[in-house]
Amino acid sequence: MAVRKPPITTREYWAPGHAACAGCGCAASLKLATKAFSEAMEEKYGDPNAFAVAQATGCMEVVSAVFPYTAWKAPWIHVAFENAGAVASGVEAAWKKLGRKGKILAIGGDGGTADIGMQALSGMLERWHNVVYLMYDNEAYMNTGIQRSSSTPYGAWTTTSPPGKYSIGEDKPKKWVALIAAAHRIPYVATASVANPYDYIRKMKKAAKVDGPAFVQVQCTCVPGWRVPPEKSIEVTRLAIETGVWPLFEIENGDFHNIKIQPPGGGAKVTREGGKIVAIEFKKPIEEYLKLQGRFKHLFKQPEAIDVMREQIKAMWKVLGVEVTLPKPEE
Amino acid sequence: MAESPFKAEIERVQKEYSEKMTPGAIVYIPGSSVVNKTGSWRVFMPEFNRDKCTRCYLCYIYCPEPSIYIDEEGYPVFDYDYCKGCGICANECPVGAITMVRETK
Ligand SMILES: Cc1ncc(C[n+]2csc(CCOP(=O)(O)OP(=O)(O)O)c2C)c(N)n1
Ligand code: SF4
Ligand code: SF4
Ligand code: SF4
Ligand SMILES: [Mg+2]
Repeated sequence: MAVRKPPITTREYWAPGHAACAGCGCAASLKLATKAFSEAMEEKYGDPNAFAVAQATGCMEVVSAVFPYTAWKAPWIHVAFENAGAVASGVEAAWKKLGRKGKILAIGGDGGTADIGMQALSGMLERWHNVVYLMYDNEAYMNTGIQRSSSTPYGAWTTTSPPGKYSIGEDKPKKWVALIAAAHRIPYVATASVANPYDYIRKMKKAAKVDGPAFVQVQCTCVPGWRVPPEKSIEVTRLAIETGVWPLFEIENGDFHNIKIQPPGGGAKVTREGGKIVAIEFKKPIEEYLKLQGRFKHLFKQPEAIDVMREQIKAMWKVLGVEVTLPKPEE
Repeated sequence: MAESPFKAEIERVQKEYSEKMTPGAIVYIPGSSVVNKTGSWRVFMPEFNRDKCTRCYLCYIYCPEPSIYIDEEGYPVFDYDYCKGCGICANECPVGAITMVRETK
């Protein structure tokens, strides 16, 4: 039998022995991101190692850097919670001065990006640093015990958005950081998911290869934070795509009129006009995504909240230029 | 697996980081986390059936550790020194070539 080869380099920049929970989707997201980055650097500069990482505090930084050990096999700098964008900018400027070829990878969680690191990120994008900013979005402050962030979705339980008699859990819609990044009119912005690894790898490579700043937001599961069984970690993010909760798209040069949408799969019916996706009829109800997760369990007793969620999802797709229909579960 | 692919690295870390504090507190050995054998966390263990495997590499792509490598013939190899037994590989394998079984030790 012919020898087959994996679709991605077998070089590893993320070593085992790190302390992430079993089934951590974010650990998988960083492993793939660095592999893709390395391939891109090899293709662009002939050097697979032509990159350095600046990583904000958060789960993925804490679990990969338990002193005196490190899971990283790439040059790596620990950064405070709020300033991955600023430090990556500095490293990039230094590389430029040294005449060094390559690209910098900045990594932050949703708290470190959507909340406290927003200003550093905006500055980095606006100054046009040659950096890819990867926001791994597990939708709350997981490392400090599951507090809500501005990227926590509507209806979710967190320790600071507890549902109860007077509360449905998180009561504000999720902030769309990818759209804010795109408003800087940078060359490349994308959303991605570990559950669609080929799409994710392609986007990371594209981000790594463009000249100038790029931003990628990847949704990834936190096992205790979402209250899912570890083996369902990937499956649940796949359902986010297939039910319409998590849109996969790309925006180049801030061109909001030409947002490239990736078909969601899961039997969804996609309508195109002139090559562009203009409508999607989803077949799987969002309940299929919600019911796998303990963080949404209470919503099944408050079904009006799920309808609110559906309206928010439709509104979000509308901003992306797509009319969607979302089914209700069959009785 | 016959021998850990990280044998040399582990020996180096154990020798040079023996005091738990490196000179200048510098972390200079890349991937030194391999001294932490996270396989001890495991409750369920992925059992691999090579005959069923189509070498689609999904398990390899998704494993968060990573504790799945690829052998010379292109098949996945499981490193039980690090596998935490999350079950993602078994859940995602499209042909059921991986089964989770309870640890016996
Ligand atoms: C200025 C500052 N405030 C608070 C903290 C404590 N802290 C460390 S990680 C973290 C949450 C990180 O959340 P996120 O960025 O979403 O990453 P996650 O842990 O979810 O992966 C907080 C609040 C800190 N390190 N610095
Ligand atoms: S708490 Fe969540 S994000 Fe952090 S390591 Fe565990 S699963 Fe991953
Ligand atoms: S059970 Fe989890 S940690 Fe172990 S090999 Fe499978 S995916 Fe990797
Ligand atoms: S997912 Fe299953 S079929 Fe695919 S490579 Fe792994 S064991 Fe083989
Ligand atoms: Mg987070």
